[in-house]
Amino acid sequence: MNAPAASGYNFAYLDEQTKRMIRRAILKAIAIPGYQVPFASREMPMPYGWGTGGVQVTASIIGEDDVLKVIDQGSDDTTNAVSIRKFFEKTTGVATTTATGEATIIQTRHRIPEAPLTEGQVLVYQVPIPEPLRFLEPRETETRTMHALEEYGLMHVKLYEDIARHGHIATSYDYPVMVAGRYLMDPSPTPKFDNPKMHRSAALQLFGAGREKRIYAIPPYTDVVSLDFEDHPFEVNRFDTPCALCGASGVYLDEVVLDDRGRRMFVCSDTDHCETRRADGHRGADGDATP
Amino acid sequence: MSAALLAPEADDDRPLLTVSGLTKYYGERPGCLDVGFDLHPGEVLAIVGESGSGKSTLLSLLACRLAPTRGTIRYRMRNGAMRDVMSLTEAERRLLMRTDWGFVHQDAAQGLRMRVSAGANVGERLMALGQRHYGDIRAQAKDWLQRVEIDTDRIDDPPRSFSGGMRQRLQIARNLVTAPRLVLMDEPTGGLDVSVQARLLDLLRGLVADLGLAVVIVTHDLAVARLVSHRLMVMRQGSVIETGLTDQVLDDPREPYTQLLVSSVLQV
Ligand SMILES: Nc1ncnc2c1ncn2[C@@H]1O[C@H](COP(=O)(O)OP(=O)(O)OP(=O)(O)O)[C@@H](O)[C@H]1O
Ligand SMILES: [Mg+2]
Ligand SMILES: [Zn+2]
Repeated sequence: MNAPAASGYNFAYLDEQTKRMIRRAILKAIAIPGYQVPFASREMPMPYGWGTGGVQVTASIIGEDDVLKVIDQGSDDTTNAVSIRKFFEKTTGVATTTATGEATIIQTRHRIPEAPLTEGQVLVYQVPIPEPLRFLEPRETETRTMHALEEYGLMHVKLYEDIARHGHIATSYDYPVMVAGRYLMDPSPTPKFDNPKMHRSAALQLFGAGREKRIYAIPPYTDVVSLDFEDHPFEVNRFDTPCALCGASGVYLDEVVLDDRGRRMFVCSDTDHCETRRADGHRGADGDATP
Repeated sequence: MSAALLAPEADDDRPLLTVSGLTKYYGERPGCLDVGFDLHPGEVLAIVGESGSGKSTLLSLLACRLAPTRGTIRYRMRNGAMRDVMSLTEAERRLLMRTDWGFVHQDAAQGLRMRVSAGANVGERLMALGQRHYGDIRAQAKDWLQRVEIDTDRIDDPPRSFSGGMRQRLQIARNLVTAPRLVLMDEPTGGLDVSVQARLLDLLRGLVADLGLAVVIVTHDLAVARLVSHRLMVMRQGSVIETGLTDQVLDDPREPYTQLLVSSVLQV
């Protein structure tokens, strides 16, 4: 592949051999949904914790015709999202967008866009800690055996602890799921609100953990089921009011402080979703405010 | 009442566990040599011997934590079939170990999850077996805390906040919740105060009798062996040098080495 104009880098920064190696890991991950495939994570020109795993996955799959969207907490404008988007603009020259519907690749740190993803789209997650069993079993050899033998009782021990302490399953991020009825997976650090969006999604979902050197995947239309107890079923967080700006309900809301007198409102965390709705004429209670 | 009188009725004369020729060399050094015995349902076998005689090695072999150099361990599964434990698949073996077998460590921290609550410690095996009803799991955990004399108010406390004796009792509850038929114990009373030891042994004796547990218990304490075991195996330098009913061996030891062990206790 060609180097983009005005850059000393190979296309998408990584050399072709590294990309081939990562693509092989991705293919294996797609073949075994939810299974963590080890890969030789490379140094990237950004610190760990800034999504180096996701960046390597995106760099390995992106082509000249792709359109890239990068979000962090549902927003395209945070420092992290902006710097990753700039990185790919500079190293690939591909088109970028904030519109979910226009993107072919969406790299994200937390949220899954509210607009349903479609066939042909790829959602790339930046993952800090890929191992869901780590909390209770720090030994890597043991967690591997547990995955191999499908011994997942320990994950329920964590949920049990939650209920014992808080009266309900308080885990609201990193909420563990079973993928295709076989592998236990950590959607880290996605809010559990978005777990149902993973279930039978039309898009390909790829997860990259740079520091931990793991890649895993959910192919399109794969069953993704959140763990729970019969008497404490999985529930997503509900918000009492609709988005103050666009009036959307059933979406994930962030609280924003409006002024120094403590006035606040709840608005869509997915900024593109909110803007699109407002452009279509939807208004919420504070529809004319600027967040 | 002497422990020997508590021996189970011989209503089932097929052994639960049959060990033969069990041998482990650590390089050149023998850990345990040509050990063989049968263990019947409900029977408690104590293994005694001085430090370095091979007690822990034998127990690790039985628990499949250590691969033997030679020998076999056969176990009667719940369906009645005798199986060579080492020929089970890893999945079968791990399932067996966390359902039908138990292991009580001398150091409770090795046998417990110190960071999660007592209730979760007891409930873990149930969840591993696929139980998914929180209320049911909790009820069983409460029941087991009661049976090992831990105040059910402590169900949400981590074992970190427990005394040594409580931790050991919690470890026992965690093992017994799946109604195992065989429990291996390595010095379960080691490191505890004498009065705490006595209470634990009492509890253990009661549970063993109530549940008809078969137990292999390693101890260097002949008093512990006398209190809880039906049969005794004396080990020296890796080999079993004397075996028999506990009271008989302790009252009338045949081997000079056993005589020495017994007389050294009496002198105290
Ligand atoms: N991991 C090991 N590597 C080498 N030698 C070992 C190992 N473990 C035990 N041994 C040796 O095997 C023999 C039996 O040891 P073992 O630990 O089984 O004795 P023990 O009866 O449990 O002693 P103690 O009462 O001190 O716990 C000893 O000679 C010991 O030094
Ligand atoms: Mg020992
Ligand atoms: Zn909105």
